[in-house]
Amino acid sequence: MSQLPAEPAARPKQKAAGAGPMLRGALASLVQVVLAAGIGLAIGAIMMNATGYDWKEAYHALWIGSFGDRWGLFDTLADATPLILTGLTFGLCFRAGYFNIGAQGQMIIGALVAVAVGSSLGGVPTLVAVPLVVLAAGIAGAIWSMPAALLKVTRGVHEVISTIMFNWIAIYLSGYLVFNVMNDPRSAERTVRVAENVRMSALLPGADATSALFISVFIAVFFYWLLYHSPWGYEMRVAGFSHDALRYAGANPMRAVNVTFLLAGLASGIAGATQIIGRPPTYALYGDLSNLGNFGFDGIAVALIGRSHPLGTILAAVFFGALSTGARMMQIIAGVPLDMIRVVHGVVIVALAAPELWSILRRSISRRVASRTAPAASGPAAGKGAQQ
Amino acid sequence: MLISSLILGSLHAMVPITMTATGEILSERAGLVNIGLEGILLISAFTAVVGAEAYGPLAGLLVGLLTGAFIGLIHGIIAIYFRGDQTISGVGINVLGAGLVAFGLVWQWGQAGFHQVPRAVRVPAISTPWGPLSPMVIVALVLAVLTWYLMNRTNLGLKLRAVGENPAAADAAGVSVEKVRLFGAVFAGALAGLAGAFLSIDWLATITKNLSAGRGFIALATVVFSGLNPLLAIVGGLIFGFFNSLALVASTSRELTRVIPYQFLQMLPYVVTLLVVAGVIGRVRFPRASGQPYRRE
Repeated sequence: MSQLPAEPAARPKQKAAGAGPMLRGALASLVQVVLAAGIGLAIGAIMMNATGYDWKEAYHALWIGSFGDRWGLFDTLADATPLILTGLTFGLCFRAGYFNIGAQGQMIIGALVAVAVGSSLGGVPTLVAVPLVVLAAGIAGAIWSMPAALLKVTRGVHEVISTIMFNWIAIYLSGYLVFNVMNDPRSAERTVRVAENVRMSALLPGADATSALFISVFIAVFFYWLLYHSPWGYEMRVAGFSHDALRYAGANPMRAVNVTFLLAGLASGIAGATQIIGRPPTYALYGDLSNLGNFGFDGIAVALIGRSHPLGTILAAVFFGALSTGARMMQIIAGVPLDMIRVVHGVVIVALAAPELWSILRRSISRRVASRTAPAASGPAAGKGAQQ
Repeated sequence: MLISSLILGSLHAMVPITMTATGEILSERAGLVNIGLEGILLISAFTAVVGAEAYGPLAGLLVGLLTGAFIGLIHGIIAIYFRGDQTISGVGINVLGAGLVAFGLVWQWGQAGFHQVPRAVRVPAISTPWGPLSPMVIVALVLAVLTWYLMNRTNLGLKLRAVGENPAAADAAGVSVEKVRLFGAVFAGALAGLAGAFLSIDWLATITKNLSAGRGFIALATVVFSGLNPLLAIVGGLIFGFFNSLALVASTSRELTRVIPYQFLQMLPYVVTLLVVAGVIGRVRFPRASGQPYRRE
């Protein structure tokens, strides 16, 4: 028994029998997700109101900045690109019953390796060089996530503690490497830039999205196949329900941990690469890690809203990509600090933590409806019926 | 000189870890886990500065404590009454904290990322022959001892442990599982809140969006290390405090940073946390109902 809940109490429910309940489950899940996002935005509005900002103007700017025109849309997709991957990191582990919140660190390591490999591949054909950079960054991320898995398997160290510690170690390591090893002599605050031939150009001139987006989508689809159509994915999903069940089924739970963490780290490592080779105009890593933003931590909200489903994660990443892109416009036009949007993230996550909140809400609504339609005396009875 | 600054530094660096861990130990004894401690530290550090700048340091400490207690209450309600996922809720609090404080810094002082706390509103230090010592060091030690006493020598402590081990039996014996756990949640939040206030208006005398710097998680590691004994949380806090202060002292030494880059010295507390936790687990036993919501049959 570890010190933290080994298996989170609330798992996304998968109902086996029939398309009817499955569809109803998906619909309920969708309603929950939309409500949680709505609560997040509403509390954001209340907070802006309380602190003297014009929330209507802010959300208008948010909309204009994210979906208002083609450039907004493509900037949204540019932010969605790493978010898909960091969302996959958290989502895949969550499916298997682990809380890997180390995407940020794995992404940093991926970015460092992308700079190292990308800057040494000058002259190599793009079609060879880009996959090499992506692969190297992915492997680096996977390696960085392994100690957390090993500590979990061998010593029972909870991954929440270990992954956070590795995030901090990655931050200081990157500080050392950016300033002392990979530093650009012409620009002290960042690394050297990667070679011209591995730089992906913008899909729409003036906007940030590049073909790195297709890498993210490809990996999401690959994870979907893996999770639902391969034996490894089956083991992961069983692990998410019960490690004992997995053992009884003849599989090795340790292997499930390792494979899950490897793949999760792979995704975040590649997320780091997309910010280096797939995001104009820098093509380098800043010492303050500003061009990696908070994409690693934002992936948690992405995965939860995406119901830890790889394809749902793509949609959720576009939603959160719109929030972070729109937040920049919000800061420019309405003067609201863009960190406000992270408050929305936090509220969304907390709102999603309590699935029973929704059923309590639904019960009280159906009770109210029942007591309105039926005579007052039978109200409580109808309410009790709805509870069953 | 160097030794005394190292010792005083360790004592100060111990406070947030030990205090936060002490609260969380009591909460986990009752079966409730809060991994949002990092967020509570950060948010309370911020509100404490706002409170202190308005009404002085004592008010700042109180505001920090109440902020933490309030967040603990919300987490407790979600986990206990809505039977929510404690880990998700905790992660949400952490994300919320990062956003709230970054936003608040700009809103309150018009500065992104950094605000120095004026000397006048900081918690006054006790002067000792070795240098200034914060009274919060003593508060942290006393709180740990009192919490140990509360858990092991009082009726409430018995209820706490019963609720964590076997909620159904405690329930049958007439103990309100929900109320006892809610007390744990609020207690853990309050202590983390006080620790957050110590960070900003006392020890570090500043508020930044990274002020907590993983201390909430190091406190969680200390909870593990202590085996849910608040007295051992003092030892754990001292170990991490020592390496934290060693990193700070060593980073300023020019001779040393020439050999070991300061970034590697800064990693020390995190590496030590990993090593200590990896070395200790396996021998520690946790309450059986830890982290699980209670459903009455």
